[in-house]
Amino acid sequence: MKKENALYKYRFLIASVLTVLLFIALWAFVVESGLVSTKYLPAPRQILSTFVQKLTDPKPEGSTLITNILSSIKVATVGFLIAVVLGITLGLFMGWYTPVEKFVKPVFEIIRPIPPVAWIPITIMLFGIGFKAKAFIIFFGGFIPCVINAYTGIQLTNRTLINVAKTYGASSWKIFWSVGLPSSVQMIFAGIRIALGVSWMTLVAAEMLAADSGLGYMILMGRQFARPDVIVLGMLIIGGIGALLSFILTRLEHKFEHWREKR
Amino acid sequence: MEENVKIKVENLTKKYGDLLVLDDLSFNIKKGEFVCVVGPTGCGKTTFLNLLSCLIEPTQGQILIDGVPADPKKHDIAFVFQEPSSFPWLNVKDNIEFGMKMKEWPKEKREKRADEILKLMGLEDFANAYPSQLSVSTEQRMVIGRAFAMNPDLLLMDEPYGQMDIKMRFYLEDEVIRLWKETGTTVIFITHNIEEAVYLAQKILILTNKPAKIKEELPIDLPHPRNVSDDEFIRLRKYVTDQIKWW
Repeated sequence: MKKENALYKYRFLIASVLTVLLFIALWAFVVESGLVSTKYLPAPRQILSTFVQKLTDPKPEGSTLITNILSSIKVATVGFLIAVVLGITLGLFMGWYTPVEKFVKPVFEIIRPIPPVAWIPITIMLFGIGFKAKAFIIFFGGFIPCVINAYTGIQLTNRTLINVAKTYGASSWKIFWSVGLPSSVQMIFAGIRIALGVSWMTLVAAEMLAADSGLGYMILMGRQFARPDVIVLGMLIIGGIGALLSFILTRLEHKFEHWREKR
Repeated sequence: MEENVKIKVENLTKKYGDLLVLDDLSFNIKKGEFVCVVGPTGCGKTTFLNLLSCLIEPTQGQILIDGVPADPKKHDIAFVFQEPSSFPWLNVKDNIEFGMKMKEWPKEKREKRADEILKLMGLEDFANAYPSQLSVSTEQRMVIGRAFAMNPDLLLMDEPYGQMDIKMRFYLEDEVIRLWKETGTTVIFITHNIEEAVYLAQKILILTNKPAKIKEELPIDLPHPRNVSDDEFIRLRKYVTDQIKWW
């Protein structure tokens, strides 16, 4: 009886773990049975051994796994954080103050559809090929969704709530802080989530800019050295860290939005 | 008599382009008076309230509170809107404190007042609940508590019970009367429900069809609580109904 209860309590967790295990099993089956050659797709156990080996061994591309991860995280964090801070601020002001909107929006609308990758050539000319250039590319990837979501979020603020504050004689600035900002938190978080995804995705593109370390660089080099295990390991680590960051973000959002009814 | 006047409305007129919505309204409201405004559908009742709350500017005329032009920054004006207007991210107590916060009351005074209101409305148990956890009627009660909380110079209510069923409405109407008596607030209550107006008001302002003018200022001298099946009550209700008939 007690065991059943525990089973019931953790049924979703068990389901999640099972799916992951099933995926790995399927992968292992496809490779080990010879359906796909290990020349193109390494087996899970091979990834594991490459992982252990790469922890200390800088071969083949020249950095240990930890160095690569740290280097990528550093670039991504700087680009992402600047994008979040500037993007949300700009979006909120655009959505709240009509003059700012009229002034900024035309330029923003032209810049918006340009994919982050298309910024690479001009970035090289402006910043060269160092840390700054990579962070800039990531920044652009994350900046756009932050602006759009903060802008939309604050524009969706319930008019009645604004009127409540107005009849209490609150200034526009005060209404911004006490009504506009809290009601756009959900949209802002959705924007940060998209920005996080895009930043992480543009990482590989950014590290094409002649990097000497980083997860994207590791993947690229894996191809050149014909090491599919290194490629897949890099991909899995990018995926894993992305999922971890997304999980942290969800936790953070729940903290801010604890008043929302749990579904 | 004159020194008792709290709200003085002079020649209030509102035009939207060529469309005249309110046509030269003048009336006085005494301190602590409970006034209901009734009128045909679409006669500009909401425009009228929005003017009183200074959300929009009149085309002509002015509103004086204690002899000074009404200004939300100077005066304490509270507004209970027709639609739900609680702040979903604030709990019941913080919602009640919202207006006082906007007016920058000190924290201690705010909390003391909020506790009083919670107690007065029997909402103590809900102090830490969020609006999404409340029923619609409890939410509206909280909003009304918020409006009374800062002892406003003028409390405007725009069909606050439009969405309620009859039983809940009678209950909430009695509660508003109780709060009004406790706090001595000056109330302007807009409704399309004539029975509600006769049940609550000390004075009913009957508006005409658009462009709205004041057709009649009708004092209701019945004592509270009123009996809806009382002969005099029924007579007044019929009278008001006849006055706003436009068909």
